[in-house]
Amino acid sequence: MNNEPLTMNSSNRLNQLFATKKDNLLSIYYTAGYPALNTAVDIAEALEKAGADFLEIGFPYSDPVADGPTIQHSSEQALENGMTLNLLFEELEQLRKRVTIPILLMGYFNPILQYGIERFCKKAAELGVDGVIVPDLPMYEYEALYANYFIDNNLSNIFLVTPQTSNDRIRKIDELSNSFIYLLSSSSITGGSLQMTNNIEDYYKRIKGMELKNPTIIGFGISDNNTFKQACAYANGAIVGSKFVKLLAEDGYMEKIPAFIKGIRP
Amino acid sequence: MKYGVNEHGYYGDFGGAYIPEMLYPNVEELRQKYISIINDPDFKAEFDDLLKNYVGRPSPLYHAKRYSEKYGANIFFKREDLNHTGSHKINNAIGQILLAKRLGKKRIIAETGAGQHGVATATVCALMGIECVVYMGEIDMARQAPNVSRMKMLGATVRPASSGSKTLKDATNEALRDWIGNPVDTHYIIGSVVGPYPYPDMVARFQSIISEETKKQLVEHTGKQLPEYVLACVGGGSNAMGMFYHFLDDEDVKLVAVEAAGKGVDSGESAATTFLGQEGVLHGSRTILMQTPDGQVVEPYSISAGLDYPGIGPQHAHLYKINRAQYVSVTDDEAMKAGLLCSQMEGIIPAIESSHALAQLEKMTFKPDDNVVICLSGRGDKDLDTYIKYFGY
Repeated sequence: MNNEPLTMNSSNRLNQLFATKKDNLLSIYYTAGYPALNTAVDIAEALEKAGADFLEIGFPYSDPVADGPTIQHSSEQALENGMTLNLLFEELEQLRKRVTIPILLMGYFNPILQYGIERFCKKAAELGVDGVIVPDLPMYEYEALYANYFIDNNLSNIFLVTPQTSNDRIRKIDELSNSFIYLLSSSSITGGSLQMTNNIEDYYKRIKGMELKNPTIIGFGISDNNTFKQACAYANGAIVGSKFVKLLAEDGYMEKIPAFIKGIRP
Repeated sequence: MKYGVNEHGYYGDFGGAYIPEMLYPNVEELRQKYISIINDPDFKAEFDDLLKNYVGRPSPLYHAKRYSEKYGANIFFKREDLNHTGSHKINNAIGQILLAKRLGKKRIIAETGAGQHGVATATVCALMGIECVVYMGEIDMARQAPNVSRMKMLGATVRPASSGSKTLKDATNEALRDWIGNPVDTHYIIGSVVGPYPYPDMVARFQSIISEETKKQLVEHTGKQLPEYVLACVGGGSNAMGMFYHFLDDEDVKLVAVEAAGKGVDSGESAATTFLGQEGVLHGSRTILMQTPDGQVVEPYSISAGLDYPGIGPQHAHLYKINRAQYVSVTDDEAMKAGLLCSQMEGIIPAIESSHALAQLEKMTFKPDDNVVICLSGRGDKDLDTYIKYFGY
C-alpha cells in the first residue's frame, strides 16, 4: 500500500482551468489513429481553436468493454491503421508546440501495462499530458498498486461515477481525485442517448448536494446543445465523445469542427 | 486453502477486479454475498438436490481397462460427459442460477463459445422460469449451429456478437456491455474461472464437486484417496479447476493442464496461452493472455471451440507461475486422433476439448501402480460434424 498522502501540486493545466472557469466547460473525446494516423495533434489544434476547453485523446484497445459501437469502430479502425502507444507518443511530440489546453489520455489498462505503467506516466508527463482516464483501472488497484506513478509525474487520474455509485464511494473518489470527477449520465456504454428522467435529475441533484471538493464533468450521451445545457445545469461541464467521433468519419471533417463546437455550445 | 484467493481477489500476482465503475455495484454485490449464500444450508440443500436428481450426479469415475492396459497404469475417466446437457458446464450454471435467485435477479445473461455453457445456462433458466439472453460470436454461431438451435428451443434469446473477432472473447465483451446497461435486475453467469473477482473463485467452488467426488470414488476403486496424476484440458479452465480443486493442497498429486496448441504452438494458429502469452489484464482479471507487444488481445485458434480463448483463469496463471501444476499443449491432430482412439477402445466419443486431455497420455510414462484421473469434461455429440469432416466418415 502507498502510505504517502495522495496529493500533488496544482500546477497542472487542468487545475488552472478549473480555477478560472467554473461553468459550461466543454471537453471532446476522440480516438487517436482515427480516421488516420498523424491526425491526433491536428484535431487537437482545431478543437482548441474552435473553443473546446480540454480534450481526451483515446488510445485504442482490441476489447473496449465500456464502449458502444461508434467508439468500438474507431478503435478497430485505429488498430488497423497501426496505432500503438509508441506511435501515439511519437505524434504527441508536436502536442505542446501547437496546443495549450489541458489534454487527457483515455484508454484501457492492458496497453498501459504492456508499455510499463511507470514508463507510461513518465512519457505522458514529458509530452505535456495532464491526466489519464483508465476505465478498467479500479480504485482499489489504483490506490494500492499504482497511485505513486501518477502522482510523481503530476498526472491526474480521473475516476468515473455512475448513478449506482454509493455516496460513501463517491466521497472516497473525491478524496483520491485531484482535478475533476467524471459523472456518467447513466449506467451505459458510450454512445447512448441521454433522456432526462426524474431518476437522472435526482442523481445529479444528489451529487450536487454532496458539495464535492472536485469539479464534476458529465459524459456519456451528450450529443447536442440541449443535452449539453442539461448537463451543465448540474455540473461544471460536459464531455462529447461518440458524436464527435462520428464527425471524423465525414469528408472534410477538419473544416466542420468549428461548426460542430458551436452546435454544442453556441 | 494455500492456493486459494485472498481478500482482494488475488492469487499471487493474478486476479483482482479490473472493471469499469459501471460494473462495480454488480460485482461488489456478488463479492459481499457469494460466500454466505453458498454456505447457507438451504442453498446447499437445493444445489445438492439438483445436482443429484436433475444433473445426474455423482458422475461415475470409470476405470478404463483397455486404456489402462495400453498406457501401463490405472487410468480413470471422471465422466462429466454423462451430466445432463453433456458437460461439466451445468454444475456452475446450477450454482449461479440459485445464487441469482437469492440475489433477486430477474434476468440472466451469459457468453458462450462452443455453446455448451450457453446450453447449460438456457437449461437452468428454463428450469427456473427466468429470462435468458446468450451472447455468441457470429463465427461460433455458424460453426456450432446445433447448440444455437438447442438454446432457442430452451427458450433463450441468442444474440450474435459481431464486434471484434466475432468469437468467444467478443461474446464476453458484449455480455459485459449488456450488464453495464442493466446493472440492477440482471445477473451475468460467466461460464469459466475467468472474469473479475469473485467469479474465478465462485465458479471454481461450483465446479469443485468434480474433485470432491473423485476423492471418494477413488477410495472405492483403489483404497487410496490420492491419485498420482490428474489431467484436464484448459481453455478458460473451469473443468480443470474443478478437477484440481480438492487436490491442490495434496502436493504429491501431479496436476497436468492441457492447452490447445491448434496447428502447433509456433504455427501462428494456436491457443496455447501459457506458451504464447504474457501477463496482462483481460475481461476483468490480471492473468496470462495472448497479446501483441502493444497489449492488443490476439485471437487464438483451436479446432475445439471450447479451448479457443486467449487467456486462462487467474488461478491457473498462478498455479503455472509457481509450478504447482504443469501446463502442456496438444495439437489439433493429436487431439483428434485421441478422440478416435477413445471412441474405438472405450466406446466413448469425447468432446474435442476432452480429447486434448486424453492425447496427453501418449506423451507420459507411468509406473504400473500409478493411478491417473482424466477429466472427461464433455461428450462429443456436438463435435460429430468436426470429427466426421476430419476423418472422412
